[in-house]
Amino acid sequence: MSEALLALEGVSRVFKVGAGFLGSRRRLLRAVDRVDLAVRRGEVLGLVGESGCGKSTLGRLALGLLRPSSGRVFFQGREISGLSPRRLRPLRRQMQIVFQDPVTSLNPRLSVGSILAEPFVIHGLARGREAWRRAEELLEQVGLRAEHARRYPHQFSGGQRQRIGIARALALRPQLVVADEPVSALDVSIQAQVLNLLADLRERFGLTYLFVAHDLSVVRHLSDRIAVMYLGRIVEVAPAREFVEPPMHPYTEALLAAAPLPDPRRKNPGAPLQGDPPSPLDPPPGCRFHPRCREAREICRRQEPSLRAIGPDHLVACHLR
Amino acid sequence: MAPGGAAGLGFLGWGLLIFRLGQQSEVASLAEDLLSIEGLVTAFPGPQGELRAVDDLWLSVGRGEVLGLVGESGCGKSLTALSVLGLVPPPGRVTAGRMMFKGRDLRRAGEEELRRVRGAEISMVFQEPMTSLNPVFTVGRQIAELVLAHRQVGRREAWELAVEMLGKVGIPDPARRAEAYPHQLSGGMRQRVMIAMALTLEPELVIADEPTTALDVTIQDQILRLMGRLRDQSGAAFLLITHNLAVVAQMADRVAVMYTGRLVERSAVLELFDHPLHPYTSGLLSCLPSRAPELGVRLPTIPGVVPPLGELPPGCVFSDRCPRVMERCRREEPELVEVFPGHWVRCFLHHQKARGVERRVA
Repeated sequence: MSEALLALEGVSRVFKVGAGFLGSRRRLLRAVDRVDLAVRRGEVLGLVGESGCGKSTLGRLALGLLRPSSGRVFFQGREISGLSPRRLRPLRRQMQIVFQDPVTSLNPRLSVGSILAEPFVIHGLARGREAWRRAEELLEQVGLRAEHARRYPHQFSGGQRQRIGIARALALRPQLVVADEPVSALDVSIQAQVLNLLADLRERFGLTYLFVAHDLSVVRHLSDRIAVMYLGRIVEVAPAREFVEPPMHPYTEALLAAAPLPDPRRKNPGAPLQGDPPSPLDPPPGCRFHPRCREAREICRRQEPSLRAIGPDHLVACHLR
Repeated sequence: MAPGGAAGLGFLGWGLLIFRLGQQSEVASLAEDLLSIEGLVTAFPGPQGELRAVDDLWLSVGRGEVLGLVGESGCGKSLTALSVLGLVPPPGRVTAGRMMFKGRDLRRAGEEELRRVRGAEISMVFQEPMTSLNPVFTVGRQIAELVLAHRQVGRREAWELAVEMLGKVGIPDPARRAEAYPHQLSGGMRQRVMIAMALTLEPELVIADEPTTALDVTIQDQILRLMGRLRDQSGAAFLLITHNLAVVAQMADRVAVMYTGRLVERSAVLELFDHPLHPYTSGLLSCLPSRAPELGVRLPTIPGVVPPLGELPPGCVFSDRCPRVMERCRREEPELVEVFPGHWVRCFLHHQKARGVERRVA
């Protein structure tokens, strides 16, 4: 269980942004900065953080959809970060992605059967009637009906479209599925259905998930371990069970305290986290969280903390923990 | 249900009733009706006759009260707000009901009168401030223009009020930020600007439609606390429209739950979370991961999907998804009945305990 299916070693990704006249005033945005992270075979690793923290970029780096600017990505022990698209293609079957928005990620002009048959055709596994039959089988595996194959994406509700997105990711029996905010566009009653489906499929096909989301209650429910990102850096990795009470990274504590509780008897505690996250274009020196951290001391302003163990399987990047 | 069971429940019910009467008086004292929506129907023409996106809605907001209006997408909660403000997009229109605001029916009010009401007496905060703020004017100017349109004051005074309001909503260095354009502010700061704008003319009612849905959780927390504080200071009532039950739990005094255009349940907030009566409400509450008994267990779900308005089942609109559906539910639509003081539900399971009825308008 502890074997790493996916491993990132010192992975960074830099984007050039902002364009003055003729691209003169380009600046560098470090979306993901020196990240070390391993996803173990068979586990669900949750990745949480607020918008702009780099979590989606990290998901795409993990799949080889983006190349790291530096650092290395390993899948099943083999380095994939330097591979050409052609060499990467056979590995792509093993790693799939489920997107947040099931509306924009399904081609509106293809029937659902054609969308789901496509992966088989592309990878030369089946064609024609056989590919169609497999598409129907996939629909049933995600709780839809075989006859839905003839319909088009717009004829489905949001939750059903997300099931189709999941079916497409499962078509080639991948080892790893990166789910990027798979339920955040869905209504509450549909969220629970899709979370249950993801859990069932994991059980049934022995899947490994990298589950990227901003909602800590959703991530905690599905994940075995959780990694927390802030401004491009991983600040904490710990078993989901331990994401309940301190000691944790002050940012994790703030995230937990900020999420409103669906219980009118339990009001949210304490003082809120002040300010907005700083721009990743201009991250603060030292610990990136120090300008918003209530506990910040002198050392936090000067020196960037590195991830270190504070308990079994529990890593934190904080000088004070 | 067996007759013995019903009798037992009846006994228990009386015990709860006495307990709840005590709870209720406190709510009633602060809840003199500011807005009272009675039998509202808002409909759109459809290929097979009109589609009622809001159907037979009964709702009131007391002075200084926060009423949470919850439901999933398409349930008609935003359209309810637009109906109150006379802003239903054509070809939709209000076809029945009254909307009494401070004793006058907004449905009968002329465009001129509505314009005076909007902004000055009832204001709105929307989900995405980027689309509701004008991108080509500074935020200070936008607030000042609002003041000039409704009050007899000079430009300088209007600007000073704008800066003061920006300070009140926690924007640092308000005099300088008043000169900023919306795109120069973060999402959280823009939402603060929207709230400042909504409160500038000291309205009695603020309608906030998913005010924190587009925000990150730490920013949402800041905005919710801000709204709570401003409500205490200003005494304004809030109609808080959201899909997020946790936001409602933290903010609302009373809650109304909508499903496919109908109000299915309405009560004080503690009551709703402790004793949800409608199977839809209890279904919504139990499928929240943070209310699951432990991590990783299968979440209870509401089977099926919300039906499109043109394909509602006959009888109760929830009957095709309801785990406790009875024969009668597939034939007849239940009325909204009061089961405990202040606790209203549209469900036959509770009809025999009904104390009062809000009847469908013709």
